[in-house]
Amino acid sequence: MRPVFALGGGVSKFAKARPDKTFQAIIKEAYDYALTDLGLDFPTFTPLVDGSVASYFSDHFTRQLMAGIMAQDYLGLCPKPGHRVEGGGATGGLCLQEAWKSIASGHMDVCVAYGFETMSHVETWKGNEFIALASDVSWDYPVGGFYSGYYAMMVTRHMKEFGTTVEQMASVSVKNHLNAYHNPYAQKRNRYTIADVRAAPMVAWPLTRLDICVMSDGAAAVILASEEGLKRLEAAGAKVTRPLVRVSGIGRGTDAMRMSDRPHVDYDTFLRDYATEMERSSDDTRAYYKKLWDHGTRYPGIHSFRAGRTAGNMAYRHAGIHDPLKELDFIELHDAYTSSEIQTYEDLGLCRYGEGGPFAVSGKAFMPGIDYGLKLPEKPVCPVNPSGGLIACGHPVGATGLMQGVFALWQLQGTIGRHFGDPKLQVRDARRGAIHSHAGTGTYVTVSILEREG
Amino acid sequence: MTKLADQRDETLGGYIVHGVPFPVETDPDALAILKRLAPIQIEYPYQITYLHSYGQDSPWFAGAANRHLLATQDEGSGYTYGTPRGHDMYSGRETRWIDITDRPAKVHAFTVCHFGSEEFLPETPYVLALIEFEGVNTLFLTRLMGIDPQAAALDWIGMPVRPRFLRNSKLKPTDVYFVPEAA
Repeated sequence: MRPVFALGGGVSKFAKARPDKTFQAIIKEAYDYALTDLGLDFPTFTPLVDGSVASYFSDHFTRQLMAGIMAQDYLGLCPKPGHRVEGGGATGGLCLQEAWKSIASGHMDVCVAYGFETMSHVETWKGNEFIALASDVSWDYPVGGFYSGYYAMMVTRHMKEFGTTVEQMASVSVKNHLNAYHNPYAQKRNRYTIADVRAAPMVAWPLTRLDICVMSDGAAAVILASEEGLKRLEAAGAKVTRPLVRVSGIGRGTDAMRMSDRPHVDYDTFLRDYATEMERSSDDTRAYYKKLWDHGTRYPGIHSFRAGRTAGNMAYRHAGIHDPLKELDFIELHDAYTSSEIQTYEDLGLCRYGEGGPFAVSGKAFMPGIDYGLKLPEKPVCPVNPSGGLIACGHPVGATGLMQGVFALWQLQGTIGRHFGDPKLQVRDARRGAIHSHAGTGTYVTVSILEREG
Repeated sequence: MTKLADQRDETLGGYIVHGVPFPVETDPDALAILKRLAPIQIEYPYQITYLHSYGQDSPWFAGAANRHLLATQDEGSGYTYGTPRGHDMYSGRETRWIDITDRPAKVHAFTVCHFGSEEFLPETPYVLALIEFEGVNTLFLTRLMGIDPQAAALDWIGMPVRPRFLRNSKLKPTDVYFVPEAA
């Protein structure tokens, strides 16, 4: 496999509705931004790119099949190779990894990953129905298909099993909304308190409206290249920011579509197949887990995402990461729900299973230099969702994973201040970050590691 | 304290418009104003009647229509699926049908949906629950009745429950629902 570099990216402003443009033109906003940032114009870039991967989730929202080729066409990329990927909420993460494979395999030297979703074409409740079609239509959808309901069931189990509290979840909402206050691309830029989150309308007990991300219209694009591709672009006048940013690891995992089918494995199987390298090698952690299992915990059940754990372990192995909390400078993760951010802390090995709630309020995942109005006992270690995440940026599904890629790239380039017009969210001396994209009830999950060269 | 709504719900629908403003002159300079117009949005219904097959899962629906709760089982390992699967995920073998109507059952997880997808909005608030059965390895998603949706509490997890069946089957998984054992 060859080294793959992320060279540039762009994101459209995420908004509740963008009726002013069709999806192709919204993608072009992100695409043009990426090109401009590289110092290239449209006609110069077109002959330099070898192909593309398109990312969008739902044909229902667009009421248009083959929207990918319409974007390819609008971007002037025909007849170059391209294809669409789809994997629910993880579509953007899958797209980035497919583009990575095109470069790493030697099939392409310059590949653009672009994605979008325009979710405003139907009312919110119809949108919820479309999204719920990403659950088994024989068994799950007809019972009352509603994703917030599915996640709420996971969290009631997490609360019962581990003692996680609604206040711990609300602190994630406070963090992500306030981070987004400094991110001009975000849809919701508000200061909330724990009390505000809990007083918001109840959607699916115990999740309130402020525990849940919103539907959006938006697009994002990332340009990936090999060393040869980089030379080609620079020879044509591209101004690529140094040090370079390399995608140094990718991982993916899957799980059963129906939550009801998830296994409940014993301690030995968990330790053998799912424990992180650190967990397996720690006497203390093994004893901690033995105690959990003795009290009845089984894995993954519905409280944990083995797809996320599998993706994380794979990506860490690929990138040579042993202690993610210490070796990652930030993470942009798929916080469709405050509860799923907490579940994902555990899957990604930032803390042990069952400790996601206390981790959420420890302060370790917060940004330094921002007053959240919370008493946080510990200093930030690895900010999670410094951009504001899905909760505050919005979740135009096919764009979301790529948005994470763009924000991670800017963090590692040290250019957040330039792109956001506000340096507040720049993680100081960020050298390595992870992006995490997640589908369904944890059916497809991708983790990609990006790191600064030198 | 619950925050009161300070915004009316947005809905589609309204008047039909005939006649769209457009410049009288059509030379390029006059048409330049078109770049400054708001977008035109149209509305139309989109309805489908879809023929869905339950395929190899069909016997479960026949069972529910006859007040039997069925599950599937791998004969070799005894691994049992509370939500049926035609083939075992470990051996790859075809599973057999078993009756679990009278198995002890309890709530594994639940939520109260105060909002929902459009199709289910009229039914809010409703309780979704995943049920675990004695001797069954996987769960079953269902509606829980006979409890107050406004009084949700974590104590509901672990509550013994039993199935109830619709008298007039709709051939949907909601032909069965669960109620507290004591009800």
